Amino acid sequence: MEPSALALFWAAVIAVAIIVYVILDGFDLGVGILFGCTRDRALKNQMIAAISPFWDGNETWLVVIGASLFAAFPVVYAVFLPAFYIPVLVLLFSLIFRGVAFEFRERAGARLLWDRGFFIGSALAAFVQGAAVGAMIRGVPVANRQYAGGAWDWLAPLPILTGLGLVAGYALLGAGWLVLKSEGELRDWAYRRVRLLAGVMAVLLALAFGAALHEHARMADLSLRSWGLVFPLLAVMALSGVFAGARERRDHWPFLMTVLFFLAAFATLAVLFWPYMIPYAITVGNAAAPEAALSFLFWGAGLFVLPVIALYTIGVYVVFRGKLHKGYE
Amino acid sequence: MDALDPVLLSRIQFGFVVSFHIIFPAFTIGLAAWLATIEGMHLATGRAVYARVFRFWMKVFALSFAMGVVSGIVMAFQFGTNWSVLAERTGSIQGPLLGYEGFTAFLLEATFFGVMLLGRSRVPPWFYFVACCMVSLGTMLSSFWILANNSWMQVPLGHRVVDGHLIPDDWRAIVLGPVMMVRWPHMLLAAFLTTGMSIIATGAWYLLRGKDVDEARVMLRWGVGLVAVLIPIQIFMGHLTGDYVHRWQPAKFAAIEARWTTEQPAAEVLIGWPDEAAGRNLFAISIPRLGSFIASGTWDSREVGLDTFPPEDRPPVVVPFFTFRIMVGMGLVMLAVSWLGLLLWARGKLENRLFLWGAFLAFPSGFVAVIAGWFTAEVGRQPWVVYGLLRTSEAVTPSLRGADVAVSLIGYIVVYSVVYAFGLLYIYRLLRDGPGIEAARGTVTPQRPLATAMSGDAP
Repeated sequence: MEPSALALFWAAVIAVAIIVYVILDGFDLGVGILFGCTRDRALKNQMIAAISPFWDGNETWLVVIGASLFAAFPVVYAVFLPAFYIPVLVLLFSLIFRGVAFEFRERAGARLLWDRGFFIGSALAAFVQGAAVGAMIRGVPVANRQYAGGAWDWLAPLPILTGLGLVAGYALLGAGWLVLKSEGELRDWAYRRVRLLAGVMAVLLALAFGAALHEHARMADLSLRSWGLVFPLLAVMALSGVFAGARERRDHWPFLMTVLFFLAAFATLAVLFWPYMIPYAITVGNAAAPEAALSFLFWGAGLFVLPVIALYTIGVYVVFRGKLHKGYE
Repeated sequence: MDALDPVLLSRIQFGFVVSFHIIFPAFTIGLAAWLATIEGMHLATGRAVYARVFRFWMKVFALSFAMGVVSGIVMAFQFGTNWSVLAERTGSIQGPLLGYEGFTAFLLEATFFGVMLLGRSRVPPWFYFVACCMVSLGTMLSSFWILANNSWMQVPLGHRVVDGHLIPDDWRAIVLGPVMMVRWPHMLLAAFLTTGMSIIATGAWYLLRGKDVDEARVMLRWGVGLVAVLIPIQIFMGHLTGDYVHRWQPAKFAAIEARWTTEQPAAEVLIGWPDEAAGRNLFAISIPRLGSFIASGTWDSREVGLDTFPPEDRPPVVVPFFTFRIMVGMGLVMLAVSWLGLLLWARGKLENRLFLWGAFLAFPSGFVAVIAGWFTAEVGRQPWVVYGLLRTSEAVTPSLRGADVAVSLIGYIVVYSVVYAFGLLYIYRLLRDGPGIEAARGTVTPQRPLATAMSGDAP
């Protein structure tokens, strides 16, 4: 079934929301992961300061994704969440714990508990998101428009590799963000991690690619869309840009090149999956809610709320642009 | 059958997370309106005590709002994880309604709530007041969508059925149905009363301890006045809500009344123990003919009993029977506290210690009433999730095993226990310390709800 214009609009909204979420929450989850890799209190506090004005706005995009999916593509919502019942649970717990740790660590006592919680929550949230991508590449079994597998099907070698890959990838985004936002000791500390993390991520993704070939995961018909090969190529170039930026100590490069890498990786997956929303069972056209629902949503949320959310996001980043100096909190 | 029933466990899980969640929205809807009122009074009179009261409740509001948002994110995923058949069949109706709720809450946080947190000193006073009013309006609008969605699940209208899917046909009927028009005000008043009772209790607490007396008097008097005015309206709205149940959901009505057989004229069971297995009431105290009067307004109407409905269509009886009576009982507590308060106030004896103790101890009455009321509505709707159209037992995610749900349920209980124990501890500390304590801890300019609540220097 061919998707209608409104269905394409909402699919595009969700695609944009996902990539914005991945990049924005990616860097603050990444900083959370790096937070667990040092015992230096001063560094830890600067890391928190570098993300504190942003993190809760970043997570709003997760709500945009969930709300838009349920409203515009209910069957995708109804298949995806049961298929990833355990990862979604872990994600929610991680985000809750991490969110309160942010505020409680200063004032609650039990500082060790909240510091650990912040690190573990960040790492687990990254891991389950990456694992879900791996499981999507393997395909999700669907029968009668419902998920037809078990709660632990997602746990396989490929998803574990992509999960670990995303932990490294988010940490890399986080390191790039710290380089961008800090000076002095913290910037040096972050610079030292950029190349290591980029290397680890590249190795994990190469292993994941091998695992995908080994499992004969259906790589769609990439041969039919050979133009799509431009995206993996772009990803490789972006990765070398990360290394170059770290070598020449250009403060903007590691973060921006990592963002480019994520955009290229996302586009690669989009080429692999299209027209499926749940690979390889449910397409955009099949999943779309009736036009009456899509247009009801469009006239309020699409035309009014989404632009405000976008403006708000941009506004926050403009207000808190530049280096962190003594903490802009 | 599985030893662990995924349907039952999923219901328990939903009940657990939603009961935890509703505490915070109910409180914050009321607090937002209260803050707008107090800010308006400050603007009108210029009295400094209003500014201090405002600043104090603003902190409580920020923390409750944050906890409501966090527990609300969990709710946004429950429909998909555990009730995927419901989500798939009704998603084109429930998805947009719940989506609009999420978007509304976000718009609020991003715009006027930001102004509220930013502080009164950075914007003109009139604009700050407008921001407070808009936040209050926003919280009410947020509840509008939730009630529109739930009212549709109670009495579905404006849809058509295509291949087992419920498709929106007439959004006006879906969103603004007659049931919604009764239940939304009922919920809003419940939220105002919940907060009103909390404010009365807080004021009474300080007066009993002899601290922050000026602020406490403002809280006590305003609280008593507001609750005294609102509670009769709420009792009337409750009556209208009962009318919709009587008309549209007769099985739920019979369950609430524990009326096992059709009666004419019908008696009213005031209290008793419904024995579901035997289909009769034990230790019942009932009043002849009162049941007919409550249901239909005449003393001799015929009222249907549960025997009218096939066993598979009957709701549980014990839970709706008791939760309904608890809700009504809490309403009577609010009526007693507020009207007694008015009486004492008129005689200049509002600060009678015995009354203050009673008012203090009545602090949970609103919360208990809200939760009991929702249990009546939701358990009474069973065995349907969408009344008359989709059974709860058929709405559950088919791939779920009992063990999966047991894991997630235990997880929610553990995580909520830890996180909310700390959160509630903070709210308790804020309330205990009172408006007099303005400890300036650090020079932080709060940007986010939680930070505002945590730091001493509120806006």
